[in-house]
Amino acid sequence: MKTSIRFKTKFRTFMIIGIMSSVVATMAFTLNKESEEARVPPAPIVTKDSTASVKAFKQVYTVLMSARCMNCHPSGDIPLQGEDSHLHTMQPRRGVDGKGVYAMKCSNCHQPANTPGLHTPPGNPNWHLPPADMKMVFQGRTPRQLAKQLVDPNQNGHKDMKKLIEHADDGLVKAGWNPGEGRKMPPMSHAAFKKAWITWLTTGAYAPAK
Amino acid sequence: MISLNVNQKNYRVDADPNMPLLWVIRDIIGLTGTKYGCGVAQCGACTVHLNDEAVRSCVTKVSRAEGQKIVTIEGLSKENDHPAQIAWNEENVPQCGYCHSGQIMSAAVLLRENPNPTDEDIDAAMAGNICRCGTYLRIRKAIHLAAELQRKGSASK
Repeated sequence: MKTSIRFKTKFRTFMIIGIMSSVVATMAFTLNKESEEARVPPAPIVTKDSTASVKAFKQVYTVLMSARCMNCHPSGDIPLQGEDSHLHTMQPRRGVDGKGVYAMKCSNCHQPANTPGLHTPPGNPNWHLPPADMKMVFQGRTPRQLAKQLVDPNQNGHKDMKKLIEHADDGLVKAGWNPGEGRKMPPMSHAAFKKAWITWLTTGAYAPAK
Repeated sequence: MISLNVNQKNYRVDADPNMPLLWVIRDIIGLTGTKYGCGVAQCGACTVHLNDEAVRSCVTKVSRAEGQKIVTIEGLSKENDHPAQIAWNEENVPQCGYCHSGQIMSAAVLLRENPNPTDEDIDAAMAGNICRCGTYLRIRKAIHLAAELQRKGSASK
């Protein structure tokens, strides 16, 4: 009889400890999961709408093909210059990392900020072209070609949708709207561009027919 | 006061942080080997080394150079015996000479990064240094000679 009572008491103790451990573990897991979820921003919601997407991309295209964007996305290995996108005087080369070669590295002339004065070198701390192994060419691309290229991770710097959206606020992208004296701004404000860019991406990133 | 290290010597200069490095080097420190050409990074006459890179000192604010390593033509070598300097003399490269401290500073970066440059490498490296006298062919020849001297120099060490 005594043995049976002792066994029941022990069994009850183990049960209570077991249940409490499970509750603590579940709470810890839930809290951990919640904090992880809080850290990871939600993935962009895509609502497919080919008409709205193509319409938005047409706006995006006018910005990307403007001198402020295209001049650093040339089809060759020499950056472009000016509103007519002529080859950069002194013909600096892209180099492996996009930052120039030898005594002709971008930051030798392009300072961390715009140099004061008309048509002096514009500046940015991260001034560079796309690297040689992923040239991300804009020059000469049709709207269709450029749209397809921009969402191809093998051609866009390995960017997924989230990174593409974030790229609208990249420091060098935004430098296009701070071009220095004597240079035209892109054809719309950065806010309007960003809105069109995100609309294009979140409606399915459709490429125009041509 | 701004602290600068020029040719391995420390200076403290009283200058506006926006003042071009070139003005500080020439007018405050008194090293006049570096020349003023265009003032807008178009000609290369003002080229100096900032942390070993051939920057145009006319558009480089002195604040960018604060606490960094600056080398001018006067500090390129102890006895004016950098391979490029020897080769420049050997080939009688300069005509008026005004652009040549900048030319040599650019050539030194090329020779450091590419000890055996081709004509194409030389053109790519030196395209930002303009010579009004048109000494380009002698510059190219001198860089080839400097590369040879540099290789022999390293081999004999």
